[in-house]
Amino acid sequence: MADPQPHSVGAVLAQRAGFLEPLILKAGKTLASYELVYETYGTLNAERSNAVLVCHALSGSHHVAGWYAEDPKKVGWWDNLIGPGKPIDTDRFFVIGVNNIGGCHGSTGPGSVDRATGQPYGAAFPLVTVEDWVASQARLMDRLGIGRLAAAIGGSLGGMQAMQWTLSYPDRIGHALVIAAASRLSTQNIAFNDVARQAIVSDPDFHGGNFYAHKAIPARGLKLARMLGHITYLSEDLLMEKFGRVLKRDEYGFNYDVEFEIESYLRYQGDKFAQVFDANTYLLMTKALDYFDPAKETGGDLARALSAAKAGFFVASFASDWRFPPERSREMVKALVASRKAVTYAEIDAPHGHDAFLLDNPHYHQLVAAYMDNVAREVGAGERRTALVLAATELAEMRGYGAGREGA
Amino acid sequence: MTQRHDFELIASWIPEGSRVLDLGCGDGTLMAGLATTRGATGYGIEIEEASVLASVKNGIHVIQNDIEDGMTAFEDNAFDFVILSQTLQAMRNAERVLNEMLRVGREGIVTFPNFGYWRHRMDILRGRMPVSRTLPYKWYDTPNIHLCTVKDFEDLCAAVGAEILDERVIHGGRTVKVLPNLLGSTGVFRFRRKP
Repeated sequence: MADPQPHSVGAVLAQRAGFLEPLILKAGKTLASYELVYETYGTLNAERSNAVLVCHALSGSHHVAGWYAEDPKKVGWWDNLIGPGKPIDTDRFFVIGVNNIGGCHGSTGPGSVDRATGQPYGAAFPLVTVEDWVASQARLMDRLGIGRLAAAIGGSLGGMQAMQWTLSYPDRIGHALVIAAASRLSTQNIAFNDVARQAIVSDPDFHGGNFYAHKAIPARGLKLARMLGHITYLSEDLLMEKFGRVLKRDEYGFNYDVEFEIESYLRYQGDKFAQVFDANTYLLMTKALDYFDPAKETGGDLARALSAAKAGFFVASFASDWRFPPERSREMVKALVASRKAVTYAEIDAPHGHDAFLLDNPHYHQLVAAYMDNVAREVGAGERRTALVLAATELAEMRGYGAGREGA
Repeated sequence: MTQRHDFELIASWIPEGSRVLDLGCGDGTLMAGLATTRGATGYGIEIEEASVLASVKNGIHVIQNDIEDGMTAFEDNAFDFVILSQTLQAMRNAERVLNEMLRVGREGIVTFPNFGYWRHRMDILRGRMPVSRTLPYKWYDTPNIHLCTVKDFEDLCAAVGAEILDERVIHGGRTVKVLPNLLGSTGVFRFRRKP
């Protein structure tokens, strides 16, 4: 088949790893066994020094780059960043994408069957945290024979995981690329998350989280949660520019039907999401976001909380991101500087809001490429074989909308 | 950028293993050089996106921020040296920047185009704003809003309570000994807060 995406890693296969050693969770509960689905791109070098872990955010998955032979349109969510010649260059790096525990893309989660009961976990699935994910990811790295990551990268909730790697396993990671993230959510952010959760749990089809047994899905609640989230992932300017006050018909209808384009767009996005995403996973992911706060154990002193880290940090924020605004990234940078870490920080002038971390932006991608080139030299992965390939710019980014990018 | 003779002088003042903050680090050449030749660690601060990218390519730790409100990120005495090379003249509030340098660094180093350089004086006498190698911009399209002479900078140091440890005026890579404020095009100062 012809390559549907130039400079792609190509057709990829998801793999599965089972873990029988129990995972003790921060919540105090234990996951007796679990499975992780993951994908890898590129080749692990003989020194095993070129591994890069990609951590996903709220609605992401292990399918980070490439496409599936049976579904060529299902392109990985960070395909614009990862591939041969791309900023994270798979000619030189061995890249791993993994679906987190509690997810709904194949790894053990609330929709999985609990071996103890033979029924889906549902409400019985324990809350997992960023720390738990990182612990499970480390076990996957053990399985793959990777002692030390050249880097971990993530945006938003994924960035929190990259940061946590440097704290949980300071000797197992060289660099953390923490993009459009925060060391802890703001009050407003937690508030948004709770509205989303309330939308889900108040849906009569939620059945206290055990909707699988009722052959139902709380689609209305999940749709509302996604609509709310989606608004917050985009900037006001972008919404105004893209949808304005454009009506679907010429005149006001003086009723509550869909009238404005933005209503139509959001409802469509919400409906689509509700059909493919698990409501319990949405709840769990938002709680993981809310709970993350490495400075909680140091009385709010983030610099002290980060003192264990040995990695180099690349921190980036986007000027129009109001869900994870530059201020949150500057807090991290300030703390990293105070604890004398190697840190690079870029504040990227992009108009798209939080979703900018997923979109094509040449300056952003050049920065990641330059940083990763330095990482490649450091780990002996060499120079680029071909000139840097950047995704097409301009409003090609709009393919992000409607294509179901992952958001926070 | 023309050859930066001030960089050589700066490097000669930086002891091995110093912790350095370079304000307005440009493409990171100075920091990269200090890291290589002096084993210096620290950060460059830069606001221009192209320069931030160039700095990353040069392998330095660059933090994208505005110098004038970005130094709050640094604690008192966090660095051995805080360097402001060829950037003072573009600051809105040069006095505050100098005070911040004295706060976060044990020593400060400032280099700037000497407005008192004879060619600049000649241009003024001819009735024109100076345009030279060190001041390459037209008056209507320049980032340089606070130009000063070597003597003016001495006065500013006194005003903010900075003790000048070393003062050179250089031109073409050589220190100008005779009539420096007239014959030298670049002022290079090393100072610290008066003990």
